[in-house]
Amino acid sequence: MSSEVRMLSASGILGYGYPEASLKTGLERKPHMIGVDGGSSDPGPHYLGSGESFTSSLAIRRDIRLLLNGAVANRIPMMIGTCGGAGGAPHLQRCVEILREIAREDRLSFKLAVIHSEQDKRYLRSRLAAGKIKPLGSAPALDEATINRAVRIVGMMGPEPYMRALEAGAHVILAGRSTDPAPWAALAMHLGIGPGPSWYGGKMLECACNAALPKGHDCLFVTVRSDSVECEPTNPERRCTPLSVAVQALHENASPVIHREPGGQLDTTDCEIRAVSDRAARITGIRWTPQAYTIKLEGAEKVGHSAITFAGVRDPGLVETIDTFLDSVRASIALKVGSFDVPPEDYQLVFRLYGKNGVMGDWEPKRKTASHELGILAEVIAQSQEIANAVLAVTRASLLHTDFAGRMCKEGNMAFPFSPSDIERGPIYQFSLRHVVEPNDPCEMFPIEYEKI
Amino acid sequence: MAKIRDLAKACKSKNAGPYELTLDIMFGDQETFDKVRRSGVITRALFARLYSVPEGSVLLTEYPPAFAFKATFERRIVSGAVGDSDVYGAQQHAPLLDVEIPM
Repeated sequence: MSSEVRMLSASGILGYGYPEASLKTGLERKPHMIGVDGGSSDPGPHYLGSGESFTSSLAIRRDIRLLLNGAVANRIPMMIGTCGGAGGAPHLQRCVEILREIAREDRLSFKLAVIHSEQDKRYLRSRLAAGKIKPLGSAPALDEATINRAVRIVGMMGPEPYMRALEAGAHVILAGRSTDPAPWAALAMHLGIGPGPSWYGGKMLECACNAALPKGHDCLFVTVRSDSVECEPTNPERRCTPLSVAVQALHENASPVIHREPGGQLDTTDCEIRAVSDRAARITGIRWTPQAYTIKLEGAEKVGHSAITFAGVRDPGLVETIDTFLDSVRASIALKVGSFDVPPEDYQLVFRLYGKNGVMGDWEPKRKTASHELGILAEVIAQSQEIANAVLAVTRASLLHTDFAGRMCKEGNMAFPFSPSDIERGPIYQFSLRHVVEPNDPCEMFPIEYEKI
Repeated sequence: MAKIRDLAKACKSKNAGPYELTLDIMFGDQETFDKVRRSGVITRALFARLYSVPEGSVLLTEYPPAFAFKATFERRIVSGAVGDSDVYGAQQHAPLLDVEIPM
């Protein structure tokens, strides 16, 4: 058991970059591990659905290469959570391939653990039948059809699969979808630190220098002890202050003080944050309460195919009457599209009106636009790209030529900035699960493969 | 009276996962935070009114270590779903900026 565990996080997200000098400075402080969080659901459902990554292979390769060389040279573990952005099988596979290439090029040797998080639908159906899947928030109870429709479902693993891989002697761990703090929480607990400081340390590390002043994509060094967590950026130009650490607690979560994690709740209500130098802050008073072990599920299902076009309106008469004008446009589209036998239920038409309520939609409190021009983003979603394109072509023509009261611009209503004006977006997805599953064991949903490299 | 945009150091919105939106209002010092807190303006009812959501669905937390208030409720449309206009939830804070606080 260690009295203190030192850990480094390279950056907020794998592929966002970090200064090489910051990693070097961090390694000089002899961390027990280095890692980086690889993902987020923030860029939306496309990435989980399509299997693509929201960061480039070039940037991922650069970030992994420095970390891997640093870890092997210092004989410490290197871990990446939520590989490839969404943590599904194709995302994880891409990172494994990049890692193997770097190892070959740089002649590095180590034991690799790959932890999978993409879920087998048969397993999920059996947990559902056993009453072990529960909705979160206002989500309805899960049904089998939702599981069946999903293109991909991942489970958000806790630290336990990482700990199992560490016990098996893994030097490098690439994992699928994980709770963001999992890699660091796992290492700290593996070395004997209790869950409270381990989880809190992981929370600080997963966003790295988001907890620093100035914020940036840079390395954060965290020292976890039995009763405290200490944060310090390795770049001398950044600082962690009690306020910057407190502000990080607000980041992208529902509550700044209560965090539900697999197997328990992290409660920071009574935490004290003190400066230990002008660049480091220490947190004490962290509470961890064990609770039923649950794994959050994320799923994406295909909605259809989308096509968009963008046009501007400058005619003052049209700006004033835009809502009734768009009603006429919709009627015209329904008529024309009906004539080539596409019924209204086969497509959806969405207008976003920039300059009016394009950003907030129905939440926009300002009812009357003050702008002298408007941007219209028209989108058609249909079951096939062919139908989406066809309905969008009719939409474009109807926007251009539909009449309105007092119309002066009789040759065309819209300023299209591009030719061609219509853009195919391809298949589109939506998030489809907001549920947790109770596994029999924290590791049963996350098979581990080992490989000698 | 003073507007939140003139009193706060930061006022922002962001996703808390794909289904929820979270709004943070941070003040620069203890004194301003205490005055705003005492004004009683920042309530669950305020967010319910500004965002047309049921008051009971708003989770409001005062967070003194950051001189901050945090409100979380369901997004208007799930992130990236058909009709969504703000995948990251990053531009939904504007109605808060004009809220007046008696100082």
